[in-house]
Amino acid sequence: MAGEIISQVTGPGIPLRGNDIDTDRIIPARFLKCVTFDGIGEHAFADDIKGLAAKDETHPFADARFANGAILVANKNFGCGSSREHAPQSLKRWGIRAIIAESYSEIFHGNCVSLAVPCFTADHATCAKLQDAIEADPAAELSIDVAAATITAGGETISLEIQPGAQGQYLDGSWDARAGLLENLGAAKTVAEKLPYVSNYA
Amino acid sequence: MGQNLYHKVFDRHCVGQLPSGQYQLFIGLHLIHEVTSPQAFAMLREQELSVPFPERTFATVDHIIPTTGSGRQRPLQDPLAEEMLQHIEQNTADYGINFFSPEKGEQGVVHVVGPERGLTQPGMTIACGDSHTSTHGAFGTLAFGIGTSQVADALATQTLAMAKLKVRRINFTGSLKPGVYAKDVALAYIHHLGVNGGVGYAYEFGGDIIDHMTMEERMTVCNMSIEGGARCGYVNPDQTTYDYLKGRDYCPEGEAWERAVADWQSLASDADAEYDDVIEIKGEDIEPFVTWGITPAQSVGVSQDLPQVDSFADSDQLVVREAYEYMSFEEGQPIIGTPVNVVFIGSCTNGRLSDLREAAKFVKGKQVAAGVRALAVPGSQEVARQAIDEGLDKVFDEAGFQWREAGCSMCLAMNPDQLSGNEISASTSNRNFKGRQGSPTGRTLLMSPAMAAVAAVEGKVTDVRKHLEN
Repeated sequence: MAGEIISQVTGPGIPLRGNDIDTDRIIPARFLKCVTFDGIGEHAFADDIKGLAAKDETHPFADARFANGAILVANKNFGCGSSREHAPQSLKRWGIRAIIAESYSEIFHGNCVSLAVPCFTADHATCAKLQDAIEADPAAELSIDVAAATITAGGETISLEIQPGAQGQYLDGSWDARAGLLENLGAAKTVAEKLPYVSNYA
Repeated sequence: MGQNLYHKVFDRHCVGQLPSGQYQLFIGLHLIHEVTSPQAFAMLREQELSVPFPERTFATVDHIIPTTGSGRQRPLQDPLAEEMLQHIEQNTADYGINFFSPEKGEQGVVHVVGPERGLTQPGMTIACGDSHTSTHGAFGTLAFGIGTSQVADALATQTLAMAKLKVRRINFTGSLKPGVYAKDVALAYIHHLGVNGGVGYAYEFGGDIIDHMTMEERMTVCNMSIEGGARCGYVNPDQTTYDYLKGRDYCPEGEAWERAVADWQSLASDADAEYDDVIEIKGEDIEPFVTWGITPAQSVGVSQDLPQVDSFADSDQLVVREAYEYMSFEEGQPIIGTPVNVVFIGSCTNGRLSDLREAAKFVKGKQVAAGVRALAVPGSQEVARQAIDEGLDKVFDEAGFQWREAGCSMCLAMNPDQLSGNEISASTSNRNFKGRQGSPTGRTLLMSPAMAAVAAVEGKVTDVRKHLEN
């Protein structure tokens, strides 16, 4: 059961500056009181948005200039903290289709793969340059080529990095691991039979 | 060269390599709770998938459960919380999964319940839709947090697609000074290696200090691996591990127990095991730690002043300035004496019996400072029973603490236990993120149970060493 092939992501950007933006900030815990992910996109960064508004500042996710943002450019250790898939779910449902950052928390990154939101990495200077470019021209279309791992912005093509395994999964539509895991259920049962604790060391 | 535990355990659970380059790992123990599982069960239903190993998954309710007696009456007052509780009841019934429910007296924080029932055993792979699953690494397991799609993967296949991690051995040498606890050891390695220092690594904790720790202390150390960016952290199993497990509900008995111990011993890292990195942290250098910012690495020894912004790398200064602004603290100010409004003793980090005992020592016969709201929240109903047997509930109650029922409570404040406004909380939990304890402007200072207890009594951040006997 192959999923959608993601070879290109095109759309305006949205900059989000700062290291260590955690999943509690992406989606505060009170919005985890749900049994579906429906509607969770509208709560992305709810408290950060409110906190900045109180100071007459505007968070990028509340800024009309970036309302169509599809390519998020963040900094270091993005998505650290909780394993809540609600975080990438809320970003995706808000409209994010790909992320570029200096680094990611592993659980967040894995969750993004499950949701087919490609995560690229780039060094600090590159992320800062992209963030500047997006702020200077928020409506400009950016274009990511997943196979080449590049982003084209304002006529310039910039190299990015992507985990090769995840890259392949986007390109052949196998980013949802479940089908592949199910194919090997027989082999998994054989492994289980050899694990002594499965029989409680009988 | 010998092998480390990570690779031994990984190899025996490996079903094969996937086209993505990841490996398919069999999961020996899958733990679920009410927050990250309902959507996973919905995925199973949508794809018409069954659960082939229902006996290897265990459930409880912890995040949303109220911690007051009246608050736990059904239906729960919060309709969303009630809906989540009903979902886990129904889902576990539908798929034949054991649910450690409040009614049976088996409920608690998922990472407290697994070990106390003896479900967590050396050499297992353990997954749960919760980042603090790393806690179980204390028993020599590979235990990691997963997202909801992966919860569905684990339910449907009892396997996960995982990359192989590098392994960093962290040696804690020497000994801990009085007043320094496992929580300080955790905050110390996060301070030392940073909140993303562990990305791509499993942490193997060892050295004299870890060797001499109890299982509950080791759980505290492993619990916070993820706060350092390491998806899992573990301690090699030893006699302390076996002594803790012997006789617990789900552990083997008799000859099977002997076979189990022999197997577990063989899985510990070999003396000449290879590591991708080895670092040393000296016990003598660890002070009682307190966080002052919005990441668990933003911490100082309690006797120290808050750091200067320009002492950080350029790229980190933005988050440091953000932390100072959010906390309303100034660089250079002492952390000691910072007034606190709320004290929270509990969570999967520090909600076990030994944590409550240690905190109780410092509140016994004393009073919580005027104006301070103090909560003692046992990590499980079993912990609560044991604490009550020892009279700890009375110690807390007489000192002016609120003695509560088991749950995650104010660690992430998905239940009614929340900060309000910009209250400052002295908390034994694991995260000081912005808004973490339920108020979007609330402030969290992480510390050990002993430090939190003295903060409750003094009404401000206090050096626990001044309260030690002798």
